[in-house]
Amino acid sequence: MGMTMTEKILARASGKDYAKAGDILWIKVDQAMMDDILGPRVQISEQMELLGAKVWDSSKVTIISDHYTPPANARQAEIVKFTREWAMKNGIENYHEFEGPCHQVMVEKGRVAPGDVVVGTDSHTCMYGALGAFSTGIGSTEMVGVLATGEIWLKVPQTIRFQFEGKLSKGVMAKDVILRSIGIIGHHGATYKAIEFTGSTFDSMLMDERLCVTNMAVEAGAKNGIIAYDQITKQYLDSIGVKGGHIFTSDVDAEYCESYNLRAEEIEPLCACPHEVDNVTEIKNVQGRQIHQAYIGSCTGGRYNDLKLAAKLLKGHKVAKGVRLLVSPASREIWDRCAKEGILSDLSEAGAVVLASSCGACLGIHSGAIGAGEVCISSTNRNFIGRMGSKQGEVYLASPLSVAASAITGELTDPRQFL
Amino acid sequence: MIGRVGKALKYGDNINTDIISPPAYMELPIEEAAKYAMYPIDPDFAKRCNPGDIFVTENNCGSGSSRETAPLALRQLGIRTILAKSYARIFYRNCINLGILAIECKDTHEISADDKLQVDYEKGIIQNLTTGKSYVCDKIPPHIIELVSSGGLISYLKKKL
Ligand code: SF4
Repeated sequence: MGMTMTEKILARASGKDYAKAGDILWIKVDQAMMDDILGPRVQISEQMELLGAKVWDSSKVTIISDHYTPPANARQAEIVKFTREWAMKNGIENYHEFEGPCHQVMVEKGRVAPGDVVVGTDSHTCMYGALGAFSTGIGSTEMVGVLATGEIWLKVPQTIRFQFEGKLSKGVMAKDVILRSIGIIGHHGATYKAIEFTGSTFDSMLMDERLCVTNMAVEAGAKNGIIAYDQITKQYLDSIGVKGGHIFTSDVDAEYCESYNLRAEEIEPLCACPHEVDNVTEIKNVQGRQIHQAYIGSCTGGRYNDLKLAAKLLKGHKVAKGVRLLVSPASREIWDRCAKEGILSDLSEAGAVVLASSCGACLGIHSGAIGAGEVCISSTNRNFIGRMGSKQGEVYLASPLSVAASAITGELTDPRQFL
Repeated sequence: MIGRVGKALKYGDNINTDIISPPAYMELPIEEAAKYAMYPIDPDFAKRCNPGDIFVTENNCGSGSSRETAPLALRQLGIRTILAKSYARIFYRNCINLGILAIECKDTHEISADDKLQVDYEKGIIQNLTTGKSYVCDKIPPHIIELVSSGGLISYLKKKL
């Protein structure tokens, strides 16, 4: 019986030639990532001390302060300070702050290579699967075990395969692909499982877009999301100077627990309605719902391509009166590139406010929380009740193009009318 | 072993980590943050919690974030047992690692708020002492019981190291 990519990666990381879904393996971790909100401050620092443990290999640990940067108050500032000092005290040279959401920074800084096993104290760690790696979110206590030993036990997941064939229509983005997938299997359709995305639709999909797809695998409950290494992966990794890693692809006779075959042309611009990510419908079905805030940002929908397309759509238009369009580039690098190419000024001219690269608005902790009765359309990944601020607010998740189009009209809008 | 007896705090499907541990309060120390557990759907939750109470939900309990502040808040409020039809993966592991027994039970829809429950996790039986009904739940494997009764992964590791 053949193996899936996920099985191959986990087999290798546990020193075996073969692994099968259901096996429980002790896995050597290639990279451990912590952020500020769930990093050293939650259990980790305290428990490491209690155990008298040391970080097993500081070169394999990355810490990124992103949720509380820039801090909105003294408490948040203290958390960033604590995180920074803990990193220093433990010899973690790969410490970053004010650089943007952790996942984008991890990828851009070249901390992930194909075939790696990466764990992080944040559920969207599953994003790195777009580079052909195995990556998953873990809790803080579990991170203590990883930091102390460099290992973690994992059950090899079964894999669900989503195969998309054909080309996406104009106005349809990777966000719509992943929302469609989650809409089909539901928000716990992939619990304990891997999701492998494959098919010709991905062959021409930019890395910026692929990362959006794997980022949201956890919104279907998945342990990891993964896309096979190919030319696009290679080009991307070359461009950021990542060498090494191991290339794995799924065998033709690999076993999948479920398979879905979809046509890309059939996907329309979608949105996830409040308050669940699998509450998915075509945006035209909710067209006309008035909005107060439009947000383009986060590790899901704030990359270069997202901002570029949004700026292009917005050019020559103005954000509707009574609506605030907030844009947070998903990293400093993206910020710089967009600044150099005039994308930020195009956005600003249309009426957008460009914010620091940060998690802030994505989880309503600063820079763009919403109030009671307010409706936000957002390119982020979660629309849970209270996620972006007031529990009486509403969040609709959609592609950056849909967010931009809605910002112009002041209501939920299918972006194709502007293209 | 008669198991654990406690009062049910009952909720439905998809009680996600943003509900259990709302992001706006995560910057507070856990003792303070715990007061806002379940705040988006039940602002009085923390006040009603008593040590030994059993947190009961239906499908997909603890979905969303990897934040350990969710089970930590519940533990802070005295909850040591959770029943649900199904769990999100990271939340489940976090509970066990913190010494909270997370048990799967397909019949949680039959449990109402304030029902008195007796959970025999070794036999896999839950008695609803209020209604007189009993339900089958997953039996907890001995190694998980050992982990949980040590008080979680860290205490367990300390004992082993
Ligand atoms: S941008 Fe949002 S989803 Fe991404 S790491 Fe930050 S809070 Fe989490």
